[in-house]
Amino acid sequence: MDALVAQLQMQFRDYTISLYQQGFLDDQFTELKKLQDDASPDFVAEVLSLFFEDCVKLIGNMARALDQKGTVDFNQVGASVHQLKGSSSSVGAKRVKGLCVSFKEFCEAKNYEGCVRCLQQVDIEYKTLQTKLQDMFNLEKQIIEAGGRVPQVDIN
Amino acid sequence: MAVGDLSSSSSSSPELHVLAVDDSFVDRKVIERLLRISACKVTTVESGTRALQYLGLDGDKGSCDLKDLKVNLIVTDYSMPGLTGYELLKKIKESSAFREIPVVIMSSENIQPRIEQCMTEGAEDFLLKPVKLADVKRLKELIMRSGEAEEGRIKNPSPNTIIQDDIDSSSPSSSSSSSSSYHDDDDTPSSKRMKSSVHD
Repeated sequence: MDALVAQLQMQFRDYTISLYQQGFLDDQFTELKKLQDDASPDFVAEVLSLFFEDCVKLIGNMARALDQKGTVDFNQVGASVHQLKGSSSSVGAKRVKGLCVSFKEFCEAKNYEGCVRCLQQVDIEYKTLQTKLQDMFNLEKQIIEAGGRVPQVDIN
Repeated sequence: MAVGDLSSSSSSSPELHVLAVDDSFVDRKVIERLLRISACKVTTVESGTRALQYLGLDGDKGSCDLKDLKVNLIVTDYSMPGLTGYELLKKIKESSAFREIPVVIMSSENIQPRIEQCMTEGAEDFLLKPVKLADVKRLKELIMRSGEAEEGRIKNPSPNTIIQDDIDSSSPSSSSSSSSSYHDDDDTPSSKRMKSSVHD
């Protein structure tokens, strides 16, 4: 096998494992990978892409709702947080999901400062994940272009 | 439990047609893939109202041709704007045409009273999100077995397998087909199934 392919595969393996170890991803992401095959080779990327679109939309909703200073409808913010929590859970976006849990509590407590902080954090977090996953998908692409197969990574 | 006519073919594994209801685009995509990979036909809709429309339960006869694809299983999210999954379940169970169709509720929240409420109303099962492949496989097995029970067994002609709505004597030692699909060693914590009087 090509030395380049082997090197890329090792990079990919290490990178993927680090994403799990650093808490960016959890085993639901692994579950999504099970649903990908040669017939649907881009399934994971497609779902994650939808998820990131969801992030943009929902965070926008939350920001607008929080912008109504003095008359913030925390139920409305909470509803968007709940949705984001759901979709992050479905794709294995562990850190985003964790933030949503805290965010939801702040909404229930009608804690404005807490909500604003969470909003900022969630925004940073999804973008960070997006970048990390892009790097991971790029590695996959490079492996394939070098003539290799993307290895299955055993997280445990 | 009568599943109704599972399929017109008597082949050993007829394809299930599943109607999946969820307001989340991401979740619809995932559940659709989970079901397709498990060899099911899938139709996804984004709300309880749309689900009723699809089934033709809203009084509008518009989607006739779609209804020809008989639905064998409905999987629905619980928390949805408008009609909740629970309300959808109730409407389906109230309908003479569709009450036989098994309905499975999905929720990200593990709320016992909610689970009980759904099971009491006749839900087939209650899945905790995020839904995994193992959940869908198990579900499919459960539904297929119920269907086989209805049509009568070819391989296992034991008395329990005579078509009946409630099998009151559960005999775990009898055929592989008769028992519940909940194996003791199966730890799928995402499924919350209550003991229900519905089928086996």
